[in-house]
Amino acid sequence: MQKIKTIIHKEWAEVFKNRLVLFTVIFLPLVMIALPLGTLAAMNTWSGEFNNVQELGEMQFMGELCIGLTEIECTQIYMLNLFTLMLMILPVIIPVTIAAYSIVGEKTARSLEPLLATPITTIELLTGKMIAAIVPAIGATWLSFAIYLAGARLMLPPRIFVYLVDPMWLLAIFVVSPLLTLLSVATALMISSRVSDPRVAEQLAGMVIMPIILLVLGQSVGFIIINQQIVVLLGVGAAIIDVLLVYLSVRVFQREMILTRWK
Amino acid sequence: MIHTENLSKKFNDHLAVDRLTLEIPEGEVFGFLGPNGAGKTTTVRMLTSLIAPTSGRATVFGYEVGRDDQNIRRNVGILTETPGLYDRLSAHHNLMIFANLYEVPDPTGQVKKYLRLLGLWERRADAASTFSKGMRQKLAIARALLHEPRVLFLDEPTSGLDPEAARLVRDFIAELKEQGRTIFICTHNLDEADRLCDRVAVFNTHLRVVDTPRGLRQQLFGRQVVFHLGEEAAKWQTAVASHPAIKHSEAHENKLVVTLEDPETHNPELIRLLVSQGAPIRFVGELRRTLEDVYLQLVR
Repeated sequence: MQKIKTIIHKEWAEVFKNRLVLFTVIFLPLVMIALPLGTLAAMNTWSGEFNNVQELGEMQFMGELCIGLTEIECTQIYMLNLFTLMLMILPVIIPVTIAAYSIVGEKTARSLEPLLATPITTIELLTGKMIAAIVPAIGATWLSFAIYLAGARLMLPPRIFVYLVDPMWLLAIFVVSPLLTLLSVATALMISSRVSDPRVAEQLAGMVIMPIILLVLGQSVGFIIINQQIVVLLGVGAAIIDVLLVYLSVRVFQREMILTRWK
Repeated sequence: MIHTENLSKKFNDHLAVDRLTLEIPEGEVFGFLGPNGAGKTTTVRMLTSLIAPTSGRATVFGYEVGRDDQNIRRNVGILTETPGLYDRLSAHHNLMIFANLYEVPDPTGQVKKYLRLLGLWERRADAASTFSKGMRQKLAIARALLHEPRVLFLDEPTSGLDPEAARLVRDFIAELKEQGRTIFICTHNLDEADRLCDRVAVFNTHLRVVDTPRGLRQQLFGRQVVFHLGEEAAKWQTAVASHPAIKHSEAHENKLVVTLEDPETHNPELIRLLVSQGAPIRFVGELRRTLEDVYLQLVR
């Protein structure tokens, strides 16, 4: 356990001195909070104009969700759903940057050989590196969600705000997001064990964001409406893939190959 | 302490180490010499349980490579070819990480001890990236020693260092030798190997020879005495070559070089012989072959 803690502290001390990583961990959540809160604030300003619209054909796809609500309220819920879904990009994208630098960064700095020469097991090493990437990502996501909630609480009427603290979103943020983070980290570690450039690792591992992007796009064009069933399915799918990827990332991390293929 | 038996390593079709058999006793400073790509680093990696042998076996303090890897890693220290430091972290932080990974009982005390010992204490809070090459190497040596390993593997410890830094590192290795540690040095610096090592091996995929530096010189060149004469040396070569103690003689301008078993016994006789023949002797000395001469003779 002591060795895992040492690896976590080492990763944090090192990785957060990397400007690119720091930028991703701080700037991206700020954007993801500013965007919805700014939009909600703007919608409050324009609410009169929206109330004058008799038919908002674009909102028909919201179906039952909008029954008994005004068009503007329906639009607000639509935006909340979209932005909360977008918030789920954070737990996927933040750890990719951290984890991609984790192994490849050590390779390029030639610091992996002395590290592997210590009596640390592969499981301890990878666990430390995974936790070091997962915790900041989940922390940043939850903190962003908390700020988003607080801001939304001030800008939205209670009967709309309650949609934001719907069990579906709580499940998405507090259960599915960590599962997606693990998926993202395991993928990044697996890829970075095999490539020799952190940027390549980051770009390849960044592909894991695609399912979330597709969901956001689908929701924004009205192709799908995120609901509890989709969130549960996403969670179960992520959990199954997590088990597989964690197993594979340990298998793929072969000390000898990593050391001898250094160029 | 270190024992290898037909130790081999193959990477696909490339044979990096071929049936290496070695026995290194405790407390010995062992030099491992060879050209680039000879398989020196691969050998060190096998002996430190970083990579597994393809065939043969090796034991370090009785622990078998490939079977007791964790125990081997706990008991050896390694200075890799490049220091491989965490550049963004301070010297102190770099060492604390490794002290904890090696489960050193008093990590803070041990880190302090080696930072002081290697003259890095004043710079302990500075990032490793701000260090000179020599300081980086010293920090990497400190890292390799934190857990007080019984065997230390040093891969090119002075490579790329300026003469002053190289000397500091060499002096420190000499101190470690005094402490009775077993040290396995891979080096291109033959003068360094000559000065530091009890025995050296010349290796190029397979082992060419192992002996003390002095033994190797004698094996290859014998003991040689050079007579500096006032005139062309060839005139007296025949007379000297007829002496029963002389194994070989060469004349180069004013120098007469003779190879013989026991110069202490036979030098006075040779001097008398040359004087009696009228040779104007200016100076007599032993011709010391360097380890470089030995190495080049073996590797070519």
